Amino acid sequence: MKAPLSQRLDLLARNLSPFAFSVVLLILGATPLPVPHLAAIGPGFAMAAVFYWAVHRPTLLPAPAVFVIGVLSDFLGGAPIGVGAVTLLLVHGVAVAQRRLLLETPFVVLWWGYSMVAAGATAVTWLLSSWLADAMIDPRPALFSFLLDLGVFPAVAYVFARAQRSMLRRG
Amino acid sequence: MKQRAGLPSRLGPSLKALIQRFAFLLLVAAAVGLMVLGKADTAVVERARVVVTDALTPILTLLSRPAAGLARVIEEARMLAAIHSENARLREEQARLLQWQAVARRLEAENRALRDLANLAPTPGQRFITARVVGDLGGAFVRSVLVAAGVREGVRKGHAVVTAEGLAGRVFEVGQRSARIILLTDINSRIPVVIERTRDRAVLAGNNSDRPQLLYLSVEAAPVPGDRVVTSGHGGVFVPGLPVGVVTAVTDGVVEVQPLVNWDRMEYVRVIDYELPGILLSADPDRDAKATP
Repeated sequence: MKAPLSQRLDLLARNLSPFAFSVVLLILGATPLPVPHLAAIGPGFAMAAVFYWAVHRPTLLPAPAVFVIGVLSDFLGGAPIGVGAVTLLLVHGVAVAQRRLLLETPFVVLWWGYSMVAAGATAVTWLLSSWLADAMIDPRPALFSFLLDLGVFPAVAYVFARAQRSMLRRG
Repeated sequence: MKQRAGLPSRLGPSLKALIQRFAFLLLVAAAVGLMVLGKADTAVVERARVVVTDALTPILTLLSRPAAGLARVIEEARMLAAIHSENARLREEQARLLQWQAVARRLEAENRALRDLANLAPTPGQRFITARVVGDLGGAFVRSVLVAAGVREGVRKGHAVVTAEGLAGRVFEVGQRSARIILLTDINSRIPVVIERTRDRAVLAGNNSDRPQLLYLSVEAAPVPGDRVVTSGHGGVFVPGLPVGVVTAVTDGVVEVQPLVNWDRMEYVRVIDYELPGILLSADPDRDAKATP
C-alpha cells in the first residue's frame, strides 16, 4: 500500500502548491525592501497569482483558497478586513468566466486581460476602502499601484508557468 | 484530472457547476459579511488580526534580515562611490553641529534654571523601545508597517513611533510579539501638531498620499513653505516637540506637509512610552488599573 500513499501525497503536494506559492509570494511581498514604493506590490502579487491560476488551472486554486488568501492579505496589510477577499474573489470569478478567451493565447493577450481585470479590481478596492474609511481616498496612489500590478505580472506569470510545467506536468 | 473530494463524480456536470457557483456566491457573501463585521465591531476583527500577525511575525522577522542585508550591500556600494565628497560634507557638517551643540548645552542649562525659577511641573518621563520593521504591506489604501515588538517588550496601543528623522506614526494594534504602526500618512491618522515658528495649533491628517495636510488651523495662522511642524503634546498621546515634517505648499487654505521620515528606509523604529495618562488608554485596561492603585 506504500505506492498509492506516496502517489496520493505527491498529488496533494501538487494540488497545494499553487496555494502555497501564492501565500509565500504574499509574505515575500510584505517583507520591507529598501526599494522605493515596493511596499505597494504585496497585494499585487496575490492578485496576479489568483488571476494566473484562475485562467490556467481553476481547480488548483479554487474559490475557498482565494478567500483564504484574500483574508490573509487583509490581515497582513492592515486593510479593512474583507476588502481583499471580495476583490480577489471577483478577480477569480471574472478570470474563470473568461478563461477560454485567454487560454493558449500569446502572453501579451493574457497580460492585456490581466490589465482589464486588475483595473476593475483596483477600482473596486478603491471604492470599498473609501466607503469603509468614510472618506475619499486619494486615487493617485491607487493608480500607481495598478501600474505596479501590471509591472509585476510578467514576473509572477513566468514563475508560475515554470512551476506549472515542472510540477504539474502529470496533473 | 482526478475528481476533487466532496463532489461525487456521478453528479451531472451542470449540477456540479451549479454547486460551484453557489459556493462562490456564498464566499463572496462571507467576504462582504466580514467587511460589514469589521466596520461594525472592530474589536473582534482586531483580536483576530493580532493573532494572525503574531503568528506570522517570526517568519517576517526571518525574511527581513536578508532583505536588510541586501539593502546594506546596495547602500555600501553607493556610499563607496561618493566617499570623498561625503567626507568633505561631513567635516563641514560636524563643525556646524559642534556649534549647535554648544548652543544646545547653553540653552539646556538656561532652560533648567528657568524651570527651577518658575517651579514648572516636571515633564513626564519617557522610555524607548527599539523595534525592527518586519512587514510593510500597505500600498495604496493603507499606510502601516508591522514591527517585531509587542506587549512582551512593553509596547502599548497609542505609543508614538519615531525614526532618527522624526515622527513616523503611532501604535495601532499590539500583539504579544508584534505591533502594527499606523503611519502618519494613513487616511485614519490624526496627530495634534503645532507650527514651530508661529505656535499655531493644527491636526495633521493623513490622506494615504505622501503629503498629509494640516486641518483645523486657525484663520489667522499664516504658514509658509519651509515651516517646521512638531507634535503639540495635546491629548497626552505624544511627547511635545517631536519633529514631524516641513510645510511644502499652501494653496487655497490647504497646507501640505512633507514628513521628515524616509518611508523607504525604515529598518528600525523607536516606540516612545510616554508616561502620561492619555486619551487612548481606555483601550488598555491593564495599564489603567496599574495607573490608579
